[in-house]
Amino acid sequence: MLQATDIAKSFGDHEVLRGISLDVERGELISLIGPSGCGKSTFLRCLNFLEHPDAGRVCIEGVTLESNKHWHRKDEAQAHRLRAHVGMVFQSFNLFPHRNVLDNVMMAPLQVKKMEYEKARAIASELLEKVGLATVKNRYPDRLSGGQKQRAAIARALAMKPSVMLYDEPTSALDPELSEEVLSVMRALDEEGMTQIVVTHDMRFARAASDRVLYLEEGQIVESGDPDVMFVHPREARTRRFLRTLL
Amino acid sequence: MQKYTLWGSVKKRVCLFVLLVGCLCVLVPNAMAESYSVPGAQNEQDLPWASDGEANVPYVFHDPAHEGRITGFEYDLMGAISALLHRHGRFVQNGWDGLIPGLSRGLYAMVIDGIEITPEHAEAVLFSRPYYVTSNRILVMKGHETLNTLAALHHHSVGTIKNTAAEHLLLQHGIEGIRSYEEETDLFTDLRNGRVDAVLIDEPIAQYYRSDDMELVGDPIGRITYGIAFPKDNPALRDAVNTALENIIHDGTLHRILARWNLWTPQMAVYTGDYVTLKSKPTAWDEYRSTMARMSGSGASALWHRYLAFVPLIAEGAVMTLAVSALAMVLAVAIGLILALGRHYGSAPLRWIFGAYVEIVRGTPLLIQVLFIFYGLPVFGIRLSPFIAGVMALGLNYAAYEAENYRAGLLSVPRGQMEAAIALNMTHFQALRLVIVPQAFRTVVPVMTNDFIALIKDSSLVSVITLTELSQTYIRLSSTYYDYVGTGLMVGSAYLLIGLPFVRLARMAEKRLGRAIGQGHH
Repeated sequence: MLQATDIAKSFGDHEVLRGISLDVERGELISLIGPSGCGKSTFLRCLNFLEHPDAGRVCIEGVTLESNKHWHRKDEAQAHRLRAHVGMVFQSFNLFPHRNVLDNVMMAPLQVKKMEYEKARAIASELLEKVGLATVKNRYPDRLSGGQKQRAAIARALAMKPSVMLYDEPTSALDPELSEEVLSVMRALDEEGMTQIVVTHDMRFARAASDRVLYLEEGQIVESGDPDVMFVHPREARTRRFLRTLL
Repeated sequence: MQKYTLWGSVKKRVCLFVLLVGCLCVLVPNAMAESYSVPGAQNEQDLPWASDGEANVPYVFHDPAHEGRITGFEYDLMGAISALLHRHGRFVQNGWDGLIPGLSRGLYAMVIDGIEITPEHAEAVLFSRPYYVTSNRILVMKGHETLNTLAALHHHSVGTIKNTAAEHLLLQHGIEGIRSYEEETDLFTDLRNGRVDAVLIDEPIAQYYRSDDMELVGDPIGRITYGIAFPKDNPALRDAVNTALENIIHDGTLHRILARWNLWTPQMAVYTGDYVTLKSKPTAWDEYRSTMARMSGSGASALWHRYLAFVPLIAEGAVMTLAVSALAMVLAVAIGLILALGRHYGSAPLRWIFGAYVEIVRGTPLLIQVLFIFYGLPVFGIRLSPFIAGVMALGLNYAAYEAENYRAGLLSVPRGQMEAAIALNMTHFQALRLVIVPQAFRTVVPVMTNDFIALIKDSSLVSVITLTELSQTYIRLSSTYYDYVGTGLMVGSAYLLIGLPFVRLARMAEKRLGRAIGQGHH
């Protein structure tokens, strides 16, 4: 349902992504791991064109966007179509601080999808219930704990009914016990069949919850495979070295 | 009269520039139904003429007995001339500095304000024949009557008005202690306070401004002639007014007007050949003196009556200040936001153009901008009413400051906010409207409040383009009654009253927007 082909990206002279390809099946949970600066976050951000790849192609749910150096108005329109299928969650939450939790979740359905207020409110309430925030839905973001913020951010992304969710280090800013609140929501989504791609440093989660793990280094996929196999018997020396420093 | 050399202060030099620009703007020559055209006329009967009616006793001034009514010997004279031309004279208030630029701009047909007929002035305007001839006089405090000739003034400090024939005279005679003033009220105050020993000034001013503890001494000195000023390209109108002037000289109308104001002089008798002695009383003079004695007194009843009479005038000025400021604010916010968004998100050329606009506007004085928009733009065929020009000048000026403020506000919103909005599939415009601007607004409000209070105060600058707002009202009232303290307190309070609601409003907005804006990022 998601194909990324030969995604390349440079920042100035620095080649961050050297042609990465990925094919994702519906319902998969994929973890992207690797050392800092390996390009895993950039790759994730290229999938919904928050970052414009210099080259490569992304196809999600049949919407294809080819990228090159020059970004045109029609590319922007196509990116808009593509993003309709993609939800994204950030390390720093990025909730809208001037709106309460419910408004944060309702804003995009109301404004982008022009959904009726009552309907948007029902959907938002249901999602907040699901992520365990029903009791704090009228609070402003600064009155939430980190775990609550990230769950609210997940609910906000889900409100747009995406077919794939992208997580950019969703728990890196959280204490372990707060991380667990977030991870359990992600596991629940996995059970419902949501397709999810997670950039993470949490090896325990990557190993326990992923269907597939990708190890990136210097802008390339070094190794990918079943987590139980990869964490125990990595094929590549580089993967082994990386895992040894962490475990 | 006072400051009758047109280009004294820096401001006046600015006006010279504006005048030159204005002169380039060729007034369209009319195919005349009448033998002359009347610039600025609103209908067939209209005859607009301008003067600086602020503290301009006895020329054209606001009647202290009936506030809101204009009077003065020149006012009466214009009434007589208008009648002979079968028109309705209409007084147009304009600051001294703006009188001749306004004439060049075609705002009105003529200017009468004790303007001396000199070769320098005749280069800028056409003059009528003289309507008044007078001299300079020496004025001293009682007890200093020996200072009664120019020769006696040596080794004394002598006050006069800047760039006048009187100052010229003092320089010619090598008087060492010359002190030149912009405003005659300051000059008389310093005479009373002993900062100057004597004053040399036009006789009508000396007569009307002197108090009982002052004495006119010695003989009249020199000869001063006043003329009505017309646009250079309108000799036909000048000729028509000259004919009317001749008529009222010969039938004694001018004599009766001047006598009423106690201004008929031997020089006038020589000039007109009219040696009749009128039996009539100087009624206007008497009325003015008694009114001033009653109103400029410091008794409680005099003060009470005076301040009560000021209230509607100050209210009127306050309404003008508020209207100009409020509309300018709306303009400044709208344009400032466009400039800020353009500079933050626009293409390179757009960023450059908007940046240049901001730097130019912030780098030049507001006064120049006001004058340029009002007097300069007509050169390019853009003629704005004083009110619109004032709002535009203030609004466009403050837009530059607001733009910088808003840009700082936009920069204060974390990048992640825009990314989150885009990831939710909002367009850039939706992201700005719903996410970025509301957050930027909150950091911007305190600065904006300051800017708006500054704007209310800066709105006083629009008085140079004939708008009578609070500051102009203050200048007029305080210099008419020599009362800078009481009037100042009243006008100052009016400014505060206007400013306070904005401060309150800003506080409320800040509270509402500020509620619960927190981290959301780190």
